[in-house]
Amino acid sequence: MFSLTINGIEVMAKEGMTVFEAAEKAGIYIPTLCHHEDLSTFGACRVCMVEADGSLVTACRAPVEEGMVVRTDSPEVRQVRLSNVELILANHNQDCQTCDKNNNCKLQEVSAFVGVTPERMQSMRRFVKDEPVDDSNPFFYRDQTKCIMCGICIRACEEINGVGAIDFAFRGYETSVSVLGNKPIYDSRCESCGECVERCPTGALAVKDQSIAEREVKSTCPYCGVGCGVTLGVRGEEVVSVRGTRDHPVNHGELCVKGRYGFEFINHPERLTSPLVKKNGAFEEVSWDEALDLVADKLSGYREQDGADSLAGISSARCTNEENYLFQKLFRMAGTNNVDHCARLCHAPTVAGLATAFGSGAMTNSIADIEEAAAFFIIGSNTTETHPVIGYRVRRARKKGAALIVADPRSIPLAEQADVHLQLLPGTNSALLLAMAKVIVQEKLYDDAFVADRCEEFDEYIEALESVCLDELADITAVPKEKIIQAARIYAENTPSTILYAMGITQHSHGTDNVLALANLAMLTGNMGKRGGGVNPLRGQNNVQGACDMGALPNVFPGYQSVISPENRRKFEEAYGVELSGEPGLTLTEMFKGAGTGDIKALYVMGENPAMSEADTGEVKEILEKTEFLVVQDLFLTETATYADVVLPAASFAEKDGTFVNTERRIQRVRGVINPPGEARSDLEILCDLAGRMGMSGFDFSGPEDVMEEIASLVPNWAGVSYQRLNGDGLCWPCTDEADPGTPILYTERFLREGGRAKFSPIVYGPPQETPDENYPLIFTTGRVLYHFHTGTMTRRSRGLNALHDRERILMNPVDAENLGLNAGDTARVISRRGEVTVEVKPAPQIKEGTVFMTFHFAEACANVLTNTELDPASKIPELKVCAVRVEPA
Amino acid sequence: MEERIRTVLASFEGKRNDLIPMLQAVQDELGHLSDTAMKEIASYVGMPESKVYGVATFYSQFYFEPRGEHEIKVCLGTACHVTGGLQIVDAMERELGVKCGGTTCDQKFSLERVNCVGACAIAPVVMVDDDVYGRLEAKTVKEVLEKHAP
Ligand code: SF4
Ligand code: SF4
Ligand code: SF4
Ligand code: FES
Ligand code: FES
Repeated sequence: MFSLTINGIEVMAKEGMTVFEAAEKAGIYIPTLCHHEDLSTFGACRVCMVEADGSLVTACRAPVEEGMVVRTDSPEVRQVRLSNVELILANHNQDCQTCDKNNNCKLQEVSAFVGVTPERMQSMRRFVKDEPVDDSNPFFYRDQTKCIMCGICIRACEEINGVGAIDFAFRGYETSVSVLGNKPIYDSRCESCGECVERCPTGALAVKDQSIAEREVKSTCPYCGVGCGVTLGVRGEEVVSVRGTRDHPVNHGELCVKGRYGFEFINHPERLTSPLVKKNGAFEEVSWDEALDLVADKLSGYREQDGADSLAGISSARCTNEENYLFQKLFRMAGTNNVDHCARLCHAPTVAGLATAFGSGAMTNSIADIEEAAAFFIIGSNTTETHPVIGYRVRRARKKGAALIVADPRSIPLAEQADVHLQLLPGTNSALLLAMAKVIVQEKLYDDAFVADRCEEFDEYIEALESVCLDELADITAVPKEKIIQAARIYAENTPSTILYAMGITQHSHGTDNVLALANLAMLTGNMGKRGGGVNPLRGQNNVQGACDMGALPNVFPGYQSVISPENRRKFEEAYGVELSGEPGLTLTEMFKGAGTGDIKALYVMGENPAMSEADTGEVKEILEKTEFLVVQDLFLTETATYADVVLPAASFAEKDGTFVNTERRIQRVRGVINPPGEARSDLEILCDLAGRMGMSGFDFSGPEDVMEEIASLVPNWAGVSYQRLNGDGLCWPCTDEADPGTPILYTERFLREGGRAKFSPIVYGPPQETPDENYPLIFTTGRVLYHFHTGTMTRRSRGLNALHDRERILMNPVDAENLGLNAGDTARVISRRGEVTVEVKPAPQIKEGTVFMTFHFAEACANVLTNTELDPASKIPELKVCAVRVEPA
Repeated sequence: MEERIRTVLASFEGKRNDLIPMLQAVQDELGHLSDTAMKEIASYVGMPESKVYGVATFYSQFYFEPRGEHEIKVCLGTACHVTGGLQIVDAMERELGVKCGGTTCDQKFSLERVNCVGACAIAPVVMVDDDVYGRLEAKTVKEVLEKHAP
């Protein structure tokens, strides 16, 4: 600690602090323009000048010294600040009245403080650069005439998100902030995250058409599983702005383009506002009484006639925990375990695989400690596009020197920055992982002590590994052996090393084996239970973790308590007051089969769009058409809803209270800020009302908080959770009692399996179910892009997001495109054994020869028309990531 | 084109210190720095492409458009300035139909202004490729051009 005086006041400051920081701490204002607390120091504007021990220094740069005497208000200081600000103003567009940042502009604030007068400004006014406003980005514009060259945007784009889309270009009077080639920003690498816009001190970067909010409320982003804290700005019944919540442990105010700008869906005119019932083939608006009585009658009727197992419910990873909890409660109380949700299509193998290896099927570490990894092994996850804010952390860690291994069939953006990119053939993950394990064992790079102290069945594992051959495995993956060896060494020799993975691992007919293979690697290298390590499945949807936790799964009650166990059953029977089924129910994929054969009479779909997300949607649509009674509860009339008999309008995340669980197991509050449109009601209200009409008791909750109490009483890992405690940062489960602060990192001392040890599982490589042949010579694989989410129900209703990515295009290697006689922009037919789609072609060198890639965001060219329904035997996930197709010019 | 760029880059280790020599080498090969070229360089040295552009635009030696067959440099050093260099610039711009820094549509000439080419004695001076023309007047500009594009 140093002691110094600022304007005669004694101030204590830590070594390494700047004079600016010390002054700020003491509550003394020093004007700044190019300084930003989130960013490195630039020291260019020189308006922060102060006098320190008699000489003028820039306060944002100068470190404190013992006994330093600082004056922030001497005549010299005032004079030099004034001149510096006047110089900046002289080159600045002076149309403050029409500027969007008027009254919210740092330059105005600083000018007023240093005492700039209009008269002086008039006399100094110089010619201002005549540069047109760049309005190419749908969400913000850039007006270089208002730019003061503070460089904050440039540093934000580099240091916060690691994109580096903009920099100073040209020199002297011509200097400006520019993208490569001085083009409109739309044509650059810019990811539209708005981190620069948020920090620009002037109107040079400003959000388009933003109304000023009348109040702001903290909530959680409704898109991906990162679960960023958002602060919603509200005006009347409209959400008009979203900011990142600065004191939030997940994102510290950072957001991606979807979270920051993709909120148009909330107040969208196409929102459902009234219950609909299909009469003579057309939807008719009806009252809630009519709709819910019909649903209650039908469900009760089938239950009596055909048995409870003729009902099936698809719950929602988009809805809150409380709603998922009630959904499963309703179906289980009706007497069936036929409840599932879209986790079946994403991380079912994770839940199965990680539970086998470690005892619990979730991300082992927290988002905050990812950045501490010394090496990243990212496999089957296009992190920067699908989990952008986690992607920022990866890029930041990389910049600080962390090693990076990327395994992906595509050259995804992170592959560009990787030490090694393992461009494996789709569907050969387990071969690659086996090969890496083989190298680690052969070269004795594994952690003996960890294996001996904390794991079991190592010998069996080693034995199985002996029979595999590195060269053969490398051949299978089409990755050069040397690269695999290099990757294995990087992963094993750095500590801690972390594994991040997603759908590229799970959506395979061997998905569970892939997950087990990853777990084996982490155990071998002792990367479990420590900061910066772990096996980290990145969950796709905002609350897919929570939907699993809440038992929206056919084999477990809330909290992963197996329905087979008589003990668990007794516990829930006591709580619910009815007899419950001990027979595991049908999985999502099996429900559709059942509906196809007529065994399932009534299907209830809450907040999910299987007509686009399931494999082989052609068949799914036929089944939906045939299903005797289909209820769909959603925000919009989705592709699935068009097949429904009854459509129930639901509230969006901005219109209800509740909680989501993000990918790191953090239970967080969601807060209603406006009323639902028209007659729409929250899923919670709808479910409770329906249960009542079906004659069930135990649904008279006063609100979500009340439901959470019931959850906490039944789920041991959530026993310490209450709304009161969730108000701050939320809580990472397990949280077993009121004093438990939660568990950001799992397994620091013991694993959750019986006996407390992690278990090695020998695995063997199995090829994908469908491999290319003469008729279907190309491998088809699917994924997502930054600008859209899932089946596009929400993001495609944002004009801005659509402008940034407006249509589906199949990506293929330029060589394949040429062989097929296809050019950029041509239309092609893509044909698999299950169906065909017509789509525009985009040759892309990022795609490996012999493979083609599409997203599943676009209903007009729906990738899942093509995909394979073959299942992973352990987790019943379809092989969405790989199938064989033929491409022809259309 | 990517291939040609990569071949040039292959003789560098990809260190950031080599950025300027790399930009020069690529410009020697292609005649100018295209966006593609700067992207390749950026990924080769592992820095954002906007930074590479920032560095390149800082130096007047780099061109971002294809250059013409002949390089015209009109001198505007002190001596040439006082002897009417600006009129020569005007005349050139009029004759060629491009501004300084530009290239004619037929790709024949690129026009540039420079500082003192070291021939002050015969100011005002124009250089076309390696040929020096002195004591020019606005009306003789045309003759100079015709020598190079008959
Ligand atoms: S655009 Fe804004 S943040 Fe960027 S340099 Fe200009 S004034 Fe600063
Ligand atoms: S919006 Fe994001 S990516 Fe684009 S320039 Fe700004 S900070 Fe960079
Ligand atoms: S990273 Fe995910 S949670 Fe965060 S703002 Fe983007 S979509 Fe929302
Ligand atoms: S804030 Fe210190 S130099 Fe700009
Ligand atoms: S000033 Fe033109 S040649 Fe010297």
